Amino acid sequence: MSTPLLELRELSCERDQRPLFSALNLRCYAGEAVQILGPNGSGKTTLLRTLAGLCREYRGQILCNGVELGRAGLAHRQNLLFVGHRPGIKSGLTPRENLNWYLALNGCTAATDIDRALDAVGLSAYTDVPCAQLSAGQLRRVALARLHLSDAPPVWILDEPFTAIDRAGVADLEALMARHTAAGGLVILSSHQDLALRGLRRVDLLDYPPQWLEPEESHFA
Amino acid sequence: MIKAPHPILTAFTATLRRDLLLAARRPGDMLNPLVFYLIAITLIPLGLGPESELLAQLAPGMLWVMALLATLLALDGLFRSDFDDGSLEQLLISPQLLYFSVLAKVFAHWLVTGLPVTLLAPFLGLTLGLPSPAYWALCGSLLLGTASMSLVGAMGAALTVSLRRGGLLLSLIVMPLYIPLLIFGADVVQNAALGDSIRMQLSVLGAFLAMALALAPLAIAGALQISIDAG
Repeated sequence: MSTPLLELRELSCERDQRPLFSALNLRCYAGEAVQILGPNGSGKTTLLRTLAGLCREYRGQILCNGVELGRAGLAHRQNLLFVGHRPGIKSGLTPRENLNWYLALNGCTAATDIDRALDAVGLSAYTDVPCAQLSAGQLRRVALARLHLSDAPPVWILDEPFTAIDRAGVADLEALMARHTAAGGLVILSSHQDLALRGLRRVDLLDYPPQWLEPEESHFA
Repeated sequence: MIKAPHPILTAFTATLRRDLLLAARRPGDMLNPLVFYLIAITLIPLGLGPESELLAQLAPGMLWVMALLATLLALDGLFRSDFDDGSLEQLLISPQLLYFSVLAKVFAHWLVTGLPVTLLAPFLGLTLGLPSPAYWALCGSLLLGTASMSLVGAMGAALTVSLRRGGLLLSLIVMPLYIPLLIFGADVVQNAALGDSIRMQLSVLGAFLAMALALAPLAIAGALQISIDAG
């Protein structure tokens, strides 16, 4: 089989000296959707942030296209679209200005693309309204409008993308993810919702219980 | 998406424009250090008495110390809102050299704090009766000095951004690094007021800025990564 887009080998994460999960093995191939499950505080957000390269304290290996995450660097970031718990939307800017910055940050310029993306998330009437005046759900939609930009990167890492999104929005988003995976993309998301995505793999972090560190490895031994 | 011809330049100008736009929409943040500078300098004659000779003697040092404190005041907010709303994460995982993204943010910050302080300084010098040959020296030294202060201060701001109350720690980290700038900067103005040569001191300030430009963005990028790791 081809190289997985993302492969975790014996991954263990801890947060503030508290182990979250251990020995997580996972291979994510192009065209897959993976839902990370687990109760609050089980490490879903930490796992997704680690995969995005934001948290660098982990044991085990993360391979992107067969290359170690630390060495993949720029190549990994070019492949990645991450919508975190904090949406990365400036409340002082309009949705259009926010997306403009996001596009430029990815080295692109396309104003028409932004209108289309905002239209796709149902915000065409709000393109030039400051984000401070939008509701929580609308803010989340601005963040998710990134997924609608054409030529979006193949690996999507979405942390609770459905928070504050209405039912119709959830259905739209699921359809978008289905299209993305059908086109050879990879979606990794954390959510408590039951999703109807075809071929969805569920990974429950409770299946990888934390192991306390060996005493000699602990900072407070 | 249409790939821009110069992705680094596109990202740099976009971040610069975004930060300037945000500053323009919230002018209060920009005015804060300026108002502080204005108040602090106008209070000095009230405290020391109106003897013009004494004031003129103190003016170079006072103008520099207060400018330093004014820029320090604005430092804490440099990465704070980006950290809180998650924009910083997007900045860090964007496929750009972090060096230039960071440089754009610091440059924008300097344009709205350091530069206005520099431009205000000669007028405040007037109220302290600064001798006339020192005005260009004051502007020149502050121009170089505030730029270095923004770069050096941003390292501290990046290190403390994940702490809820990092203000005091930020001052402690940054202050020792500001001291050489203060010594040479105030010396430039002092010497100019006395009619002496200021080339050596200005060169040192320039060298400091050159070094900060080359190295500080790397340190800031590293510090941001540590802060995001913890946040």
